[in-house]
Amino acid sequence: MTTTTVEPLRPPVRWEALYFALRNTKLLVGMGIILILLGIGVIGPFFIDKPPSEYVGMQMQPPSGEFWLGTNTFGQDLWAQFVHGLRTTFLVGALGGGIAAVIGMAIGFLAGYKGGWIDEILTMFTNVVLVLPTLAVLFILNAYIGVRGAGMQALFIGLTQWPWAARSIRAQTFSLRSRDFVDLARLSGVGSGRIIMREIAPNMSSYLLLTFILLFGGSILIASSLDFIGLGPTDAVSLGLMLQQAHQWSAMHLGLWWWFIPPGAGITLIVGALYVANVGLDEVFNPKLREL
Amino acid sequence: MRRYFGRKLLVYGLTFFMAVTVNWLVPRLMPGDPVASMLARARVAQPEAQEALRVYYNNLFGFDQPWWQQYLNSWGALFRGDFGISLWAFPTPVADLLTRAVPYSLALLIPSILISWVIGNRLGALAARRKVLDNTVLPVSYVLTATPYLWLAALMAWGFGIVWGIFPVAGGYSFSMTPSFTWPFFVDLLWHWVLPFASLFLVALGGWAIGMRNVIIYELESDYANYLSALGAPQKLIRRYAFRNAVLPQITGLALQLGVLVAGALVTEIVFSYPGLGSLILAAIQNKDFFLLQGAFLFIVLGVLIANFIIDVIYVIVDPRTRVGMAGASA
Repeated sequence: MTTTTVEPLRPPVRWEALYFALRNTKLLVGMGIILILLGIGVIGPFFIDKPPSEYVGMQMQPPSGEFWLGTNTFGQDLWAQFVHGLRTTFLVGALGGGIAAVIGMAIGFLAGYKGGWIDEILTMFTNVVLVLPTLAVLFILNAYIGVRGAGMQALFIGLTQWPWAARSIRAQTFSLRSRDFVDLARLSGVGSGRIIMREIAPNMSSYLLLTFILLFGGSILIASSLDFIGLGPTDAVSLGLMLQQAHQWSAMHLGLWWWFIPPGAGITLIVGALYVANVGLDEVFNPKLREL
Repeated sequence: MRRYFGRKLLVYGLTFFMAVTVNWLVPRLMPGDPVASMLARARVAQPEAQEALRVYYNNLFGFDQPWWQQYLNSWGALFRGDFGISLWAFPTPVADLLTRAVPYSLALLIPSILISWVIGNRLGALAARRKVLDNTVLPVSYVLTATPYLWLAALMAWGFGIVWGIFPVAGGYSFSMTPSFTWPFFVDLLWHWVLPFASLFLVALGGWAIGMRNVIIYELESDYANYLSALGAPQKLIRRYAFRNAVLPQITGLALQLGVLVAGALVTEIVFSYPGLGSLILAAIQNKDFFLLQGAFLFIVLGVLIANFIIDVIYVIVDPRTRVGMAGASA
């Protein structure tokens, strides 16, 4: 038992989640890291007056006061690339995760709520896309159609990443749809769409948030693989593209560790912080986990 | 059980059908005249090679035929094992290039998947409900599972290969050697295999440990575990039962993770210039060798489907309930 049960002033129910959220170290640490990196990515570019691909000075300089992350073999400022790359990486993660979450929710809700042959077909479709190796499909799509912007890349990632989300949302919906309050709504003649939006979705809102966070992290990882293989956006810098260039121009062999360590560390930090925050949120929303 | 396998095979059949269809359709969605743009991108210097390619492409795509004929032709070619001819390694057939690369990819994938799965599960089971272990294993696992495969591979290549110089950083075997069934060559092969294997193994390990820990905590809270401990059964026995139950969702998880693991292996191969499918795909993308890319795609899809089916068979062997049809394992 934790001390929360002997607290003299119990927080009102509405603030319960916030009350536990502010006392959850995992959530605070995870969100803290994400917010700091997001802040750098959003605000940082305004303080850097030169575009990230500009040749600013000496080549192959280690990190210094002037160039915080050093320069690469072309004399480009790696800190500028990192800051712009963070922005792109967050954008691709949020967009890709968002698109995947929307598709996953639409299919999951529909299949779980409607049941019957609609469920059969949608589940079959979900399983088919689920077995397809995502990255291989993205190779084909990106190589043929070509990716110019980060948005396009995010769209493709979103279109291939939804199946597991759809499956778990379907299972949750399935368990909610025979509850009394849903029956009551149906008896009062409320339409299916409204029942899903007003009765079912709010009852699994925490679950939907967790799903989105996992999709967010997954999108960032997939995007980094695509960038690395040479199928990244051509009009932007991202952390994955930095890694790709570092590899292509053999930064490892030249000993330019400041070229390939920061972007990878950035990706690991973002995704790791997302996962840890996810566990924290789970503990906040789920009273069973709270007492552990 | 027949129903279980019937459904599975139907899903796999549909998946393969969809993969082949996508493979056929995507080049036709490419804007402009595909033959012309492929020729332009192929950067073939000699005019005779270019003319040969043009005839070859036109024959291959058969653009003068109705679309359904083109579609059926592509299936026909597939069943003949004809994946076209590589542009990058002209005039080697794509099928030859792929069959040469696949053993290297499998040699990385199969051991890293199996060993990380087994050790990760053990680790997760050990860590569950044990304060000190849990507080060390869990954070490490989260960091590992959040690491991009390519970055860990690059770090290991840099640390062990360049800074310490213990392991080679590139290739499947030393360039001074020719592949042969001799002892020194085998040792050399193994020496080049260690780093890519280790980096794949480590990233995958974290995910399995986290998964197992979460499932086993759930199992330890279940009625049978409480009942056993009320009867005074030793904790060790309860944990053993919990582990056996917790392995089932982990087997399903293995099937779901296959795509991610394969993707990880592909980028790891690229970092180490390992002569597997990943390096072929990189060459295909850099040289706009679309036949090679499409062939690699179909190979990967086929491999993942076969692996999925093997896992389904194992699931039936491990879980007796699926055999008597009491509970179907979810796909």
